[in-house]
Amino acid sequence: MNAPVTPWDAAQAIPRSDGARVDHIAVLELVPPGARVLDIGCGDGTLLALLRDRRGVDGRGIELSREGVNACLARGLPVIQGDADTDLENYPDDAFDVVVLSQTIQATRNPRIVLEHLLRIGRQVVISFPNFGHWRVRAELALRGRMPVTELMPEAWYETQNIHHCTIRDFVGLCRVVGARIERAAALDASGRPMRFSMPWWVWNLIGAQGVFLLRRGEGAGPG
Amino acid sequence: MDTAADLIANRPVETGPAAELSQAADPKSPVALFGPDEPLATDAGVQISPFQIAYQTAGTLNADRSNAVLICHALTGDQHFAHTHPLTGKPGWWETLVGPGKPIDTDRYFVVCSNVIGSCMGSTGPASINPATGHPYGLDFPLVTIRDMVRAQAMLLDRLGIPDLFLCIGGSMGGMQVLQWAASFPDRVFAAMPIATGARHSAQNIAFHEVGRQAIMADPAWAEGRYLEAGTRPAKGLGVARMGAHITYLSEPALHRKFGRRFQGGSAPTFSFNADFQIESYLRHQGLSFVERFDANAYLYLTRAMDYFDLAADGGGVLANAFRGTKTRFCVMSFTSDWLFPTADSRAIVHALNAASAPVAFVEVESDKGHDAFLLDEPAMFSAARGFIDAAARARGL
Repeated sequence: MNAPVTPWDAAQAIPRSDGARVDHIAVLELVPPGARVLDIGCGDGTLLALLRDRRGVDGRGIELSREGVNACLARGLPVIQGDADTDLENYPDDAFDVVVLSQTIQATRNPRIVLEHLLRIGRQVVISFPNFGHWRVRAELALRGRMPVTELMPEAWYETQNIHHCTIRDFVGLCRVVGARIERAAALDASGRPMRFSMPWWVWNLIGAQGVFLLRRGEGAGPG
Repeated sequence: MDTAADLIANRPVETGPAAELSQAADPKSPVALFGPDEPLATDAGVQISPFQIAYQTAGTLNADRSNAVLICHALTGDQHFAHTHPLTGKPGWWETLVGPGKPIDTDRYFVVCSNVIGSCMGSTGPASINPATGHPYGLDFPLVTIRDMVRAQAMLLDRLGIPDLFLCIGGSMGGMQVLQWAASFPDRVFAAMPIATGARHSAQNIAFHEVGRQAIMADPAWAEGRYLEAGTRPAKGLGVARMGAHITYLSEPALHRKFGRRFQGGSAPTFSFNADFQIESYLRHQGLSFVERFDANAYLYLTRAMDYFDLAADGGGVLANAFRGTKTRFCVMSFTSDWLFPTADSRAIVHALNAASAPVAFVEVESDKGHDAFLLDEPAMFSAARGFIDAAARARGL
């Protein structure tokens, strides 16, 4: 694959006058109104609340921290204190229209199994992750010989929860391994805006701060 | 506290009306009477009639009758959730959670709690007079189930003119009732909060209950359940049952923190079977104070009701079937150090609710206080409960 499938169209972008995070807006755009959505690693529920209020979705969440769960409860969001690595197997097939995994897959113990569960549980999967192929990351490694610390990866290597870093191209490779169909993809710049133009993967892999993918179970790729 | 232990051993045999049963027929709380035209049809296939349900309320029912909260009490609990206990003089058992400005805000909600059928605090149970014989029921009282308790509560709500509940909440056996409410009357429960509970009683929990029951039945004063007529009371058996059960309500870290290996009134062993250790003295005290407020037969019946509880069994072994199509919003809560109803039990409920597409939240509260944490001052529990209840109230337009 040399050119990414349908990129984001900046013209479609929803106005973000209310201060919603731009990467959330990018996700919001992908979720059809009224859909059943599971947000894994939903934090304080900002994205779920946005999806509920703007898209009228029936949203559920999974969050590891009790503080995050409490914040979600206060927003009236049904969120389960749990762990993507251990709890996804309990969800039935096709339980959700869309499953969202935002900035979390690199922190799971087994990203492949997690991704396979996402594709099994959701008819569509929206997944975003920091791109370890970004030029700044490469520069840190190549020129300074240090593990990179960036806005999306703010912790030192000895403190970070991120144990499975990957690049955009690495992730495309995993999609192939698990038989996921990439319906849309985008690289977001450092401020979280989708890049305007379709570019070859290698360009995105170099200048994208994070990758966002819309996936669907591929033909013949069975659950788990 | 050493004297407490001696009191158990030397307790005089009561011959008059037992103090702990003064509430059975005539409790210090309102009572709803259900006459021969309104029998309680139990799972055992027997009708209890007539019967009565003792209850307490707080707050005011609004004009829409939409702000009712039902609190379901635990095994040895009662209806006095926010009222001074008539026998012990202690404050209401859930005043930490319920009251003006509290997460269950009595300025906003009409809160009801009834003594379960089979208990001894004013609702009909084995210590009540059997109208057929004129004597206490004793073991002639039919075995009741969690579902029977919920049926009786539903009849009480009908009597009080409450069409449906804004919130149904309870811990332990109370949590079982909450789950049963959601399963039996899904249209009458807007929000449900089962705490420190399970959808079925585990083999280990049944085992602990059986030890307690055998302790009661091994006491000669139990008199095959006819102790009220015999003028005796199985205080030793019931006390031992409570001592064993009380251990299961705590946790090893909490016991260590509170008592450790500290000696009672000294620093050396007495080389006897006195209550040398503080933990022994504490347990004996727990046993002693329990027999002053609870009926031994009621303890047999209510532990049995918990043992029989298995919500999945009603749906062909699939727990999700119990909640199929429910619109109730759930908040399930467990405590990290609870080994009687461990987090895994709560997760099983959550998984079933997920499989049934029910809106469910789940919080595991960090606490070293064991199962009883739900009755104690746990700020993390209160903040989660407040968040869930406030959001549910907004959704209901309260």
